Amino acid sequence: MRAAVIVFPGSNCDRDMATALTAAGLDVTMVWHKDTDLPAGLDLVALPGGFSFGDYLRCGAIAANSPICRSVKAHAERGGFVLGVCNGFQILTETGLLPGALLRNAGLKYICRTTPLSVATTDSVYTSAYEKGAQISIPIAHHDGNYTADADTVARLQGEDRVAFTYAENPNGSMSDIAGVLSANRRVLGMMPHPERAADERHGGTDGAPFFAHLTQALSDA
Amino acid sequence: MQDPAITPDLIEAHGLKENEYAEILRLLNREPTFTELGIFSAMWNEHCSYKSSKKWLRTLPTTGPQVICGPGENAGVVDIGDGQAVVFKMESHNHPSYIEPYQGAATGVGGILRDVFTMGARPIAAMNSLSFGEPAHHKTRQLVHGVVEGVGGYGNCFGVPTVGGEVRFHAAYNGNCLVNAFAAGLADADKIFYSAASGVGMPVVYLGAKTGRDGVGGATMASAEFDETIEEKRPTVQVGDPFTEKRLMEATLELMQTGAVISIQDMGAAGLTCSAVEMGDKGGLGVRLDLEKVPCREENMTAYEMMLSESQERMLMVLRPEKEAEAKAVFDKWDLDFAIVGETLPEDRFLIQLNGETKADLPLKALSGTAPEYDRPWEPTPEAEPLADVPEIDPIDGLKALLASPNYSSKQWVYEQYDSQVMADTNRGPGLGSGIIRVHGTDKALAFTSDVTPRYVRANPVEGGKQAVAEAYRNLTAVGARPLATTDNLNFGNPEKPEIMGQFVGAIQGIGEACSALDMPIVSGNVSLYNETDGQGILPTPTIGAVGLIDHIDNIIGKDVREGHVALLLGETTGHLGQSALLAEVFNREDGDAPHVDLEAEKRHGDFIRENREYIIACTDLSDGGLALAAFELAEAAGVGLVLDAGDMGTLFGEDQGRYLIACNFDQAEALIVAAGHAGVPLDSVGRFVGDTVRLGGSSAPLEELSAVYRGSFADLFA
Repeated sequence: MRAAVIVFPGSNCDRDMATALTAAGLDVTMVWHKDTDLPAGLDLVALPGGFSFGDYLRCGAIAANSPICRSVKAHAERGGFVLGVCNGFQILTETGLLPGALLRNAGLKYICRTTPLSVATTDSVYTSAYEKGAQISIPIAHHDGNYTADADTVARLQGEDRVAFTYAENPNGSMSDIAGVLSANRRVLGMMPHPERAADERHGGTDGAPFFAHLTQALSDA
Repeated sequence: MQDPAITPDLIEAHGLKENEYAEILRLLNREPTFTELGIFSAMWNEHCSYKSSKKWLRTLPTTGPQVICGPGENAGVVDIGDGQAVVFKMESHNHPSYIEPYQGAATGVGGILRDVFTMGARPIAAMNSLSFGEPAHHKTRQLVHGVVEGVGGYGNCFGVPTVGGEVRFHAAYNGNCLVNAFAAGLADADKIFYSAASGVGMPVVYLGAKTGRDGVGGATMASAEFDETIEEKRPTVQVGDPFTEKRLMEATLELMQTGAVISIQDMGAAGLTCSAVEMGDKGGLGVRLDLEKVPCREENMTAYEMMLSESQERMLMVLRPEKEAEAKAVFDKWDLDFAIVGETLPEDRFLIQLNGETKADLPLKALSGTAPEYDRPWEPTPEAEPLADVPEIDPIDGLKALLASPNYSSKQWVYEQYDSQVMADTNRGPGLGSGIIRVHGTDKALAFTSDVTPRYVRANPVEGGKQAVAEAYRNLTAVGARPLATTDNLNFGNPEKPEIMGQFVGAIQGIGEACSALDMPIVSGNVSLYNETDGQGILPTPTIGAVGLIDHIDNIIGKDVREGHVALLLGETTGHLGQSALLAEVFNREDGDAPHVDLEAEKRHGDFIRENREYIIACTDLSDGGLALAAFELAEAAGVGLVLDAGDMGTLFGEDQGRYLIACNFDQAEALIVAAGHAGVPLDSVGRFVGDTVRLGGSSAPLEELSAVYRGSFADLFA
């Protein structure tokens, strides 16, 4: 199974994501944002956390218009798998691959803490390793994670079982406690919490490990 | 534009004393130009020249088998085995942070990160030690919000985990907050980059962000006392851009891989001036700069402005000419400026030209090597008055008072604004003792702590200096680390006052003795003087940042206290209440002597912890708030109740040094007590971790109630 981690100049969780994917058995290539094409034969594209272009404007807005993002969109539109974590989620909403937007946290402060999440659906390659409704502890670290969409969109996401994770203790004001959402074909996941920071018992816990451990198998089954 | 004439007013406005200006006239044999005056002012101010402190800094221990590079470079370099090195330093950004808290703190973090990656190290950990005025003071709330957001805003975007630090409040900081930023990086021990230029006619290259007018004269401002005109100084504060810094780091580290770099120096205080002079001075060379080639962000900048600008995220480098194209390609990739702005000269000369016109032509060595140095008069701090009687109070009331104080309550509100986990190697983030980062891809880990107890230093500078180092040693030891080395960030008042200079001299003596005895040499540091407003100095605050090595990540001593664990106290307790937290927070008193530090006992007790690590489940050092606060913090972190047998003030809240609290099961406790007997170290059972209440002697309260006070009071005051 082959994965690409997209590197923007301000990405800072790119190495973390690559480490977690590699540990899960994926063959990982780092792809620079100025590249126009993704490597051939990819199973998964990961958009990592960070501050892609400084995020002085809307988070992820410039990244969404970078050359590589055209290819990421094409990959998704062909039915490819795309995972966006934190800034990656923000970029996915800016590209339109996922609905909604991530506004400034309701408390206006940046928050870094390990927070309880509920697994809202197991119907995706990313969440199939968990029990539905299971509570897991995953770190968050963001200033703009307040998930917002119009009421119809939120209802549709819920109705189509496309909410992947919800916050058990809403830290940022997100609508309906939404922490992560899936695309209509369930292959694009955007989430604010960082599973790659909870994939080793020596740092951050292991509740994120199943997320990655099952990915290789699930991708090959998909 | 016509340069202004050199008048006594202009000289004074540049912070140059009469005797210093006379020295300039002697060196040049003529009147300096305006640009030259600016250059001298930048190089000879306290911030850059260490003119008041140099004599004393030389007495500090700076060597050891673990030290690869001690003070004098951008940061210290220490061997951690397997061909790897940790590179670290702590630096203040006090004055700018008081004037413009967000940008002041942000650029403080930026400056220290740059110091670390300039040496060829990728930053892996940050800490910050913050001192503010009284919570009720009208400036404090704004400063707390601004500084914390600035620290977070920069470090979070750059992508370095902030794993520790301190936050304190005291009226003595009402007019001068302290922002001391620490950063550590990881490098290959044989790929460290230094600032000494070599080779004549080598291109001098400017890298990074463009030069603007921000921060012109910043270093001179940082060397002056404050008064009511302080708001006018706002334009001298720099503005930070962490996104550019992140790119500058990646580009610099990538460039170093190409073999193009002969020497490199970041542009910090006094920007282009200081970096160029440093590279020339260390390499025994001269430097010529052609300022029209400097990438500028603003139009019509003068030579004076360009030489003194403190625009952030810039570097100066001496390059191997044959590698120019390769080097430029790296900077193009990261969309950063790259410009050849001058060359190295064979003679002792600092030549500044703008469009062919000479703006400054100075002997380079005189700017740095022969900068003025003072042996300031100093008075030893008088012995502290003996401690007056301390009334007995209900110990639970005493503990509650500490937990409700922003000095000792949980700093969660602060550290949750910092990304403590980016890079995904954080074993222990902020909140309890040292922060711990795994060395990526290895089984080793590094522990980081920053410590000082300013009340102690004021009462007794020598013992207070020792104590700051000893507490750092204990915090590293308590997680199972072997302390490696130290960085010191010495914040004091006006050195022209003999009593302030006396505090400085005393603290240095204490720090030096402790660093020698505990084998933690000083490898880098920074001095911040003139922390005074309207003649009122801060508490002497020599912040100690220290780094320890843990050979295997599985040997970390954790904090997993469990129901039924025994509480063992290692070290001698006499019940020293002088200058204690209890005294300050409950009785609003700061009398008595600071606790004295027995450095041999510190060493013995630290070694005992490391040698008996297998019997220790959790451990913490005892410092402010003594046994009661340390035991509460351990219990609270684990959500387990606590019983301490003693009920007297001295045993519960005394701040005797050289002590640790250990949690372990009964069998382990027996083994430890036997081992302690053999080693000749005092070790006693003082209670148990049990139930859901906290009992101190005959008095108790529910853990949940105390925990709510501990977790809530900081946010209640400031959120």
